[in-house]
Amino acid sequence: MYLTPEEEKMEAGEYGTAVQKAMEIIIALGEIYNAERLVDITSAQISGVSFKTIGDAGLEFLVDMAIDARVIVPSTLNPAGIDLERNDLGFSKEFTEKQLKIIDAYRKMDITTTCTCTPYLVGNVPVKGDHVAWSESSAVAYVNSVIGAKTNREGGPGALSAAICGKTAEYGFHLDENRKANLIVDVEDEIKGVDYGAIGYLVGKAVGDGVPYFKFKNRSSVNDLKSLGAALASSGAVALYHVENLTPEYKEALQGLDINDLEQISVDRADIDKTRRKLSTSTEKPDLICLGCPHSSIEEIKTIAEKLEGKRLKNQLWVCTSIPVKATADRMGYTEIIEKAGGKLVCDTCMVVAPIEELGFQVIGVDSAKAANYVPSMCGLDVVFDDLQNLLDFETPETKLTKNGVIRAFKNL
Amino acid sequence: MKKTIKCRKISRGKATGEVIVTQDPLSFLGGVNPEKGTIIDPGHGLYGKNISGKILVLPAGKGSTVGSYVIFQMAKNKTAPLAIISLNAEPIIATGAIMAGIPMVDQPNVNILDILREGDIVEVDADSGIIILLNSHK
Repeated sequence: MYLTPEEEKMEAGEYGTAVQKAMEIIIALGEIYNAERLVDITSAQISGVSFKTIGDAGLEFLVDMAIDARVIVPSTLNPAGIDLERNDLGFSKEFTEKQLKIIDAYRKMDITTTCTCTPYLVGNVPVKGDHVAWSESSAVAYVNSVIGAKTNREGGPGALSAAICGKTAEYGFHLDENRKANLIVDVEDEIKGVDYGAIGYLVGKAVGDGVPYFKFKNRSSVNDLKSLGAALASSGAVALYHVENLTPEYKEALQGLDINDLEQISVDRADIDKTRRKLSTSTEKPDLICLGCPHSSIEEIKTIAEKLEGKRLKNQLWVCTSIPVKATADRMGYTEIIEKAGGKLVCDTCMVVAPIEELGFQVIGVDSAKAANYVPSMCGLDVVFDDLQNLLDFETPETKLTKNGVIRAFKNL
Repeated sequence: MKKTIKCRKISRGKATGEVIVTQDPLSFLGGVNPEKGTIIDPGHGLYGKNISGKILVLPAGKGSTVGSYVIFQMAKNKTAPLAIISLNAEPIIATGAIMAGIPMVDQPNVNILDILREGDIVEVDADSGIIILLNSHK
């Protein structure tokens, strides 16, 4: 593999041992995947944050790295195992302490500690054509597909190394020839809400690490694409997809290809509904509803608040999001509405990487196909996958007569 | 008699020691006890054996990417292998070996799994891209 004189100096240790180690990792990955050279990156998204996933081994590594490693491109962190600011969720003291040490190590490395899987909603936004090193699978799918920047599905140490050197090896999705479609998915019916996750799950299984090209009957929003990509990347290993007439590279995706040579599948309402049913492992009412996989946007929080306004939940509810989005929800009054109904806005973490299995819940309600896919295996709990209105279970209001007239109240307030 | 085998450097360094050989890919997360260095996956050919201080010879890594951190932790615990020879390196073990400062090579120009037996002594010189067989069972 070709290295510039500057890159050779980095590998030789002229910029310290952290840079040297990081460069060695980048070069080794490049050798394994037959890269010819390195490319400069403009952004990194770093996974390997929750103590639940990386454990003591990861913690020790990061504490050592933090002594002299510093990132040189804008870098953000993946979700952690706890909300870093609230302590009413029930996680153990030991877990919390170790988690905070991990965050502190990343902070010392100058990585922005917005622990979110949606860095693209909170300011880590490259431009089309940029090379980046992102390692959260749903964010990889988003940044490649919706933004048109270029990244492979990096592992945590690979993305961290890239952020320290400002470089990554040029292979895989950094090369335009690997960004072409290899499966056409014709969706025959109009879709909305959790249908996107169900289709993502179905197609991810079929395409593996390929590049699907979707033809939808209706236009999709940013939030729809967020759900679609997360599901594609969890049931399969999809890093990039295209949507006809919508995503930035859809024209290039088919250029030079004979469409008749491509595998084509069609998906209709019956396929979607079957997948929706298959993703649930229980028909019970969930005791905890967990929304925000990937982390909720402000529009999604607004929709949740509208459904909860003036009501009282029987289920517990977590709406997982990032701290900048929560700050906006606070200002808009959505947080207050959700908390009055008995829900919580939970930042920095989610149902996949938090140890929710330690909190005594049995059935988790989700509107995310990715979460439905991971909660049974990563937390050992049952899951119900459905649209939000079907997961919510409200208290029945009692009507009381008072001196001042009729008021409606809830039994458990 | 010394025999030299060409290979590719993955992680820098040199080491000489006894080999431990497996035909099975290995997941360090869940497959190895990082406190002791023993293989704890009952389905693995080296189940119950210790890889600490040995030159681990295996086809490839597998499993969770957290395995990289486990290799690092083993190095801190002084339970890590002395060096690693892989037929084809994959990112999990390659990254872990570099993080841990363990010499590692791959793509030997002969099928080393057929040549080496447990207890053979080899030198791994990753910087020069060679493996030297010092004391073979043959």
